[in-house]
Amino acid sequence: MYEAKVTIGLKKGVSDPEGANTLKALKLLGFNNVKEAKMIRIVDLLIDGESKESVRKSVEEMCQRLLTNPVIHTYKIDIVKK
Amino acid sequence: MKKSDIRVGVLRIEGTNCEQESYDAFKRLGANPEFVHLKQLLHIDCDKDEKRDVFDYQCLMIPGGFSAGDYIRAGAIFAARIKSKLGKDLEEFVKQEYPILGVCNGFQVLTELGLLPGLDVVMKSIPDACLSINDSNRFECRPTLLKHENNGKCVFTRRIPKGDIRLIPSAHAEGKLLFPLDEQELYLKKLDENDQIVFRYVNPDGEYAGYPWNPNGSIFNIAGVCNYIGNVFGMMPHPERVFYRFQHPDWTRSEFSNNVGDGRAVFESVLDYVCKKF
Repeated sequence: MYEAKVTIGLKKGVSDPEGANTLKALKLLGFNNVKEAKMIRIVDLLIDGESKESVRKSVEEMCQRLLTNPVIHTYKIDIVKK
Repeated sequence: MKKSDIRVGVLRIEGTNCEQESYDAFKRLGANPEFVHLKQLLHIDCDKDEKRDVFDYQCLMIPGGFSAGDYIRAGAIFAARIKSKLGKDLEEFVKQEYPILGVCNGFQVLTELGLLPGLDVVMKSIPDACLSINDSNRFECRPTLLKHENNGKCVFTRRIPKGDIRLIPSAHAEGKLLFPLDEQELYLKKLDENDQIVFRYVNPDGEYAGYPWNPNGSIFNIAGVCNYIGNVFGMMPHPERVFYRFQHPDWTRSEFSNNVGDGRAVFESVLDYVCKKF
């Protein structure tokens, strides 16, 4: 069994209103030292697979077909054996 | 074919919430709409007499709402479920020039399905557009003004003269249309060349204006686009919510000679098209 952690973020140049609003609210609360806030999403998956490589290939396909929209998202996959 | 024979499938899954008005719009014009749960098309958990096929219909509509709770991304789960078994059928449906309308969440679904913008192929395996979070990071819910830009390609707006400005309400949190960042200009050029831009947000003077007139920050003020054939159309604002003139916010303040709302022509146009074509 493998655990795959998919970290999904926004491509450079895509506006991030959630991040911008979070930054604004943090500043209003007095955290003036915060310079940037970005919203990312993490999907944790438990996957059966023969090898790390085959699991990675499968998760790549999941990212392409459902978890991300390539127009706006980047993603990073980390896999550990459980 | 006769208008009363046109079967319109109004698709729904959990979280769809604009199906009644959408159904009513077609029904009031004399067509024969039907609510269809996606499971009826996928032939899952339904009785034999409830099973349906895409080709039982001459027109499909994906109405607004928050399908599957907008999890992952708005429209992504609805699109994935459709693609799981119906992708080929839907592609064939479009190739045979049957029309599909997506309003609000429906537009998001059509985009995630790869059916829109549909610049040169009917259906992309991976989406090449996205309806992203509004610039305001809020749910924007109010009347919006749309200028009709289409020269006749879109089968859903042929009854609307080019340049006409229509008041059609918006209600969405993810309506900012985006194309791949390094190809935005190319996409806009192609959309323009193919006559695929249908509606753009304007201010009361008819000028392309920013927020709040453009409620989401959509590129080129685009509110609605069709595919290169003209038979798949997606728009963020809700034409089914202004079917009658008295559904307009100013109905007590202004005089009107008939009770035709600004959105009705979308449904009339597509029924005209189906009557003539099939």
